[in-house]
Amino acid sequence: MVQAQRRLRRPVGTGGGRPRRRVLLTFLLPALALYTVFIIYPLVSAAEYSLYSWSGNRQDGFTGLSDFHQLFTKYPLSEQVWRALGHNCLFFIGTMLIQTTLGLAFAVLLHKSRRGKRFLQTAYTLPHLVSPIVVGYLWSIMLNPQFGAINAALRDVGLGALAQPWRGDPHLALPVAIVVNAWQWVGFPMLLFGAALAGIPDEYEQAARVDGASSWQVFRRVTLPLLTPVLGIVTVLTFIGTFNVLDLVFALQGSQGNPGFATDTLGLLFYRTAFQNPDPNAIGQSCALAVCMFVLIFGVSLAANKIFRRMEDRLT
Amino acid sequence: MTTLTVGERSTVTARPRSPRRRIRAGGAASAILLWVYALAALAPLVIMAFNSLRTEQDLANQPLGLPLHPAFGNYSRAWSEGNFSTYFMNSVLITVTSVVLGTGVSVLAAYPLGRYRFRGRGVLSSYFLAGLMLPIRLGAVPVFYLVNSLTQSMPGVDARFWLICVYAGSGVPFSVFVLTAFFRQLPMELEEAARIDGAGELRIFARIMVPMVRPALTTVALFQFIPLWNDFFFPLVLLRDDQWTLPTGLTRFFGEFEAAHATLSAGLVITTIPLVVLFLVATKQIVAGLTAGISK
Repeated sequence: MVQAQRRLRRPVGTGGGRPRRRVLLTFLLPALALYTVFIIYPLVSAAEYSLYSWSGNRQDGFTGLSDFHQLFTKYPLSEQVWRALGHNCLFFIGTMLIQTTLGLAFAVLLHKSRRGKRFLQTAYTLPHLVSPIVVGYLWSIMLNPQFGAINAALRDVGLGALAQPWRGDPHLALPVAIVVNAWQWVGFPMLLFGAALAGIPDEYEQAARVDGASSWQVFRRVTLPLLTPVLGIVTVLTFIGTFNVLDLVFALQGSQGNPGFATDTLGLLFYRTAFQNPDPNAIGQSCALAVCMFVLIFGVSLAANKIFRRMEDRLT
Repeated sequence: MTTLTVGERSTVTARPRSPRRRIRAGGAASAILLWVYALAALAPLVIMAFNSLRTEQDLANQPLGLPLHPAFGNYSRAWSEGNFSTYFMNSVLITVTSVVLGTGVSVLAAYPLGRYRFRGRGVLSSYFLAGLMLPIRLGAVPVFYLVNSLTQSMPGVDARFWLICVYAGSGVPFSVFVLTAFFRQLPMELEEAARIDGAGELRIFARIMVPMVRPALTTVALFQFIPLWNDFFFPLVLLRDDQWTLPTGLTRFFGEFEAAHATLSAGLVITTIPLVVLFLVATKQIVAGLTAGISK
């Protein structure tokens, strides 16, 4: 490191200002080195690797977009990519419907309530401190068909007929994962909506009330439009979160997205393609998948941001 | 505007009363809804704690129940047979070192970025900021080969050290971003006074500047601690299984003890407790850190 510092210290003419170059470098270099070597370099390499063909860990040669082509044409990847992408879309839609709606509802109700507000907020946000891995395993214990708390509770209240093999049924597995994820994260949109609600002056509601608006009308016509910017942020963050989902599904259904790939997601597929892939070109394929995921997530987030900006402009 | 004057004069007494009566029924319904959901939010965590204190037999007979005769056998089983002693030490070692290293290098870098004008400052800031938008997991394959070649060329260095470097690097963008903002708002006079008294750059930084941003340091450290403590992915990919952390260890533990729900619950509690303790201890600092920028 001393050597690196010396090399970079070469006088550059204007370097004699008050913050001396050597001092600046001492401060900046450690963070710069760690961040560049262990974060930026691997990410740039991933993009580069996706343009080469690989045999094990030997780089064979530049093949352009062939790795990307394989993703969509080579069985079983060609089938798995689309299925996982579909599941991620369902995950996003389900999460928006359940988690965001509940988060908004709780924020509005909490905003009006006086008693126990702090306690309720803490209770709702507590699950998201817990590791998604722990949440996944905790729920897989509770959802166990014979010895799980959920089915036991249903039987205790006489609803035994509703008891299900929650994780084992291919039709239920994905919705169950979405609900568990929403259980963990619902406090997050709630806090964001809550902060935004606290910023809306009371006078707006009072004015609408004086004009004879009902609670629902006040919410629909006054509060909700004012929440559009936060709704935009929540939507984009939900999108990013659900398209990166990995830990929870891994704990709930294993790396294959059981039963029979019914809960497979892009995150799991990436993990398998990178580290459990018998194909000699595993590195090329997994890095191509990583690039695709990055472009998809980043691109959609940017576009969504722009759309929400435009919606805000139209409202004001 | 007449409403405003009325409201101003009698805010305390008149304002809340009339609308409140009208929405009393709705208010009661919403209160019930809120408390029922609070139950749903907390129940699984309580069930987890209860399960960990009951015997396997008891749990199999009655999945929902209170730990009437709390027993800690599950914990000792998870701790020794389930290797949680090893995982726990690894988790503490890796997370604490990563947070200290990540926060340390970030506070160093944030200082000149927040206090000095120099060529390339804007570019550097954006370079660090870009990391906030980059999902590090997508670079997992190159990270794997990087760490592999580093361990091969330096066999004396533990692979855990390289994981710590990855973790510390992953905390840099957010920490630099927050700390730069904090350094920027400190008054210039402090620094000038110290400089007139003949203090050097490093001394000003260590004796004056760092103590001033201490609340922000706590926040930044906590925000790194939680995701790193909870991460299972990188240890799984980069480390041998005797070097694994708690969340990664859980993945194997669940394979081995599949049907032993009480023991498994004890493992889950062991993984979760440190975060809960940290939060109880640090709630004050978190709030102080978050509001420091506002109240000053």
